[in-house]
Amino acid sequence: MPKKGDWVLITNTILQPGERAPQVPEDTAQVPLIQWVKGHLLADADIGQTAQARTRTGRVVEGILQEEAPAYSHSFGAFIPELLAVQEGIRQAMWGEGQDD
Amino acid sequence: MTDMSYTAVMGRRNQIMKAAVGLDYSQFESGGIAFDYEALMAATGLTMDQVMEVMASFSVGNTPLIELKNITALARQYAKPGYGARILIKDEACNPSGSFKARRAALSVHMAKQMGYKGVVTATSGNYGAAVASCCAKAGLKCIVVQECFDSRGQGQPEIVEKARKCEALGAEVIQLSVGPELFYVFLRLLEQTGYFNASLYTPFGIQGVESLGYEIAQQCRSQFGKDPDLVVATNAGGGNLTGTARGLIKAGCKAPVVAASVDLKGLHMASDRQFNRKSFTTGHTGFGMPFTTWPDRSDVPRSAARPLRYLSRYVTVTQGEVFYTTEMLAILEGMERGPAGNTSLAAAFSLAQELPEDQILVVQETEYTGAGKHQNAQLDFARKNGVTITIGDPLDQVPGESITLPQHPGQIKARELDLSRLRRSLIKHALGDSAAMPVEKDIAFLSEETGAGLDQTRAIIKELLEETP
Repeated sequence: MPKKGDWVLITNTILQPGERAPQVPEDTAQVPLIQWVKGHLLADADIGQTAQARTRTGRVVEGILQEEAPAYSHSFGAFIPELLAVQEGIRQAMWGEGQDD
Repeated sequence: MTDMSYTAVMGRRNQIMKAAVGLDYSQFESGGIAFDYEALMAATGLTMDQVMEVMASFSVGNTPLIELKNITALARQYAKPGYGARILIKDEACNPSGSFKARRAALSVHMAKQMGYKGVVTATSGNYGAAVASCCAKAGLKCIVVQECFDSRGQGQPEIVEKARKCEALGAEVIQLSVGPELFYVFLRLLEQTGYFNASLYTPFGIQGVESLGYEIAQQCRSQFGKDPDLVVATNAGGGNLTGTARGLIKAGCKAPVVAASVDLKGLHMASDRQFNRKSFTTGHTGFGMPFTTWPDRSDVPRSAARPLRYLSRYVTVTQGEVFYTTEMLAILEGMERGPAGNTSLAAAFSLAQELPEDQILVVQETEYTGAGKHQNAQLDFARKNGVTITIGDPLDQVPGESITLPQHPGQIKARELDLSRLRRSLIKHALGDSAAMPVEKDIAFLSEETGAGLDQTRAIIKELLEETP
C-alpha cells in the first residue's frame, strides 16, 4: 500500500461525456476529459482509492490513486528499417556510389 | 462559494485573464473590428537592447548561425545551373531549454517576476513548457504546465510525454489531460486558484521575446557573411515564431521576406480523440497554422500579439515524410541531430533554395532538441503501432493519419504553395462575423494591415463576403 509521503499519480475525471464543450467532434464528446497529476500522498491509501496528494507547487489535489512511483517509459521505439535506408540513400545522393560499401 | 462549473468559469474568462496577464486589453480596443496592435506591442515598455539584456540574464539567445554546406551542395544538384541559395540554420536547440521558445519564456517570466507573481502557469504541449520551466527555475518562481497529452485510452503521444519529462526535470508541476479544447477550462481554474501569471504564448511579452531571434539573424548574417539574408523560412503553428522573427528583422533594418512553413496535416481534426495519436507532429503543422493564421484571436488572451498574415510573404507546406527525411539529412550530412518538428522549415528551405541564385542566402531560423520520444524513430514506431503505413516512395502519395511516405531521393522534397488570397479572405470573414454592414474606414484599413492585402483588394473581398451573406 502506498504510504503517506510517497510520490504518486492521481487521476480525475474533469468532465463527463455529457458535459463536453459543444464544439468537440463526436468521438471526443463520447469520452470523458481526464486529468493526471503527480504529488506526495497525504495519507496511506490503496491503488484505486480516492486519495489526496500535494503537488510540486504545493496544491492539494484529490482523485483516484492510479500509480505509485510513476516512471517515464518513452523511448526511441523499435528499429525502423526505412530510416536506415533513407540515411543510406542520402549519403549516396551526396557522395556517390560505393559510399556505404 | 465560487461556481467552478465549465460554463461559470468560461464566463469569468476575461476577468481571470486580466488578473493573470497584468495587462488591460480594453485600452487597445476601438469598439469595432480594429484594435491598436502597435500599442499592444509597445505595452511591454522594453527596447530591443533591454530585451537582449533579459535574454542574456537567462542565458538565452546568441545561438550559432551555421552554414549547411553539404545540404546546400545537395540542393544545387536539383536546381538549374547557377541556382541553389546558401542555406544557413540558426541553431536554437542551443538555448538552455532546447528551442527558440526560450526567448518567449524569458521575457514572460521576467515580467511575471517584476510584477510580483509567485508563479507562472502555461498551457502548452510543446517546447514552450520546458522553456517556461527553465526560466522559472532560474528566476525562483513556481511553474505549472498544463498539457494535452493522452487520448481517452491513456495512450500518450511520445513527443508530448518527453516534454512532460523535461518540464518535470526543470522543476515544474505538470498537469496532463486527455484530448479536448476544455484544457482551457482547466487552465482558467488554475489561474484563478493559484493567482499565478499566465505565460501565454500570445502576449506581447512572448512575441517581443522572439523579436530577438530575427534581430540576431540580421546581425549575425551581416557580420559572418557580409550581407543580409535574402529569404528567411519560419515554421508556423500559432504564428508567434514567424511574427516575432519578422518584427525583429524589420527592427534590424533587414528587408528579407519571411516564408511560413507547416507540416501538412490536412483532414485531421485537432480535437478528435481518435485522430490525436494518428499524427506524427504535435506542432509546426497546418492543424494549428491554418486556424491561427486566419483567426489569431482564437488564442488564450483577448488579442493575440502573434499575427502571422501581417508578415508572411508566402506560406508553404511539406509532408511528414519530407520532414523526417530532412531530419535524417541534417544528421547524416551536417552531423547535427535535432528534433523533427523544428526541421519543418528546413525541409521547405531545401526546396525554396533551389528557386534562388547561388549567391543568395536563405536562413532557416530554428532547430530544436531531440531525445527519447521526440525523434523521428520514436514517432515512426508510434505511428506504425497506431496503424499508420510507413513506406518509401513519392511523398505526395500519403494521407495524414493513414500513411507516411519517406522520399526516395532528395529531389522529391517540394515546398507546396498555399493560396494567400484564400487565407486573407478567411481572416476577413472571421473578423466580419455576423455583421452585414460595410465596416468603417478605420476597420478596413486595419483588415488591410492584418492581411497584407491592399486597401482596394480588402474592400473588394469585404464586398464579396457581404454579398454572399444571406
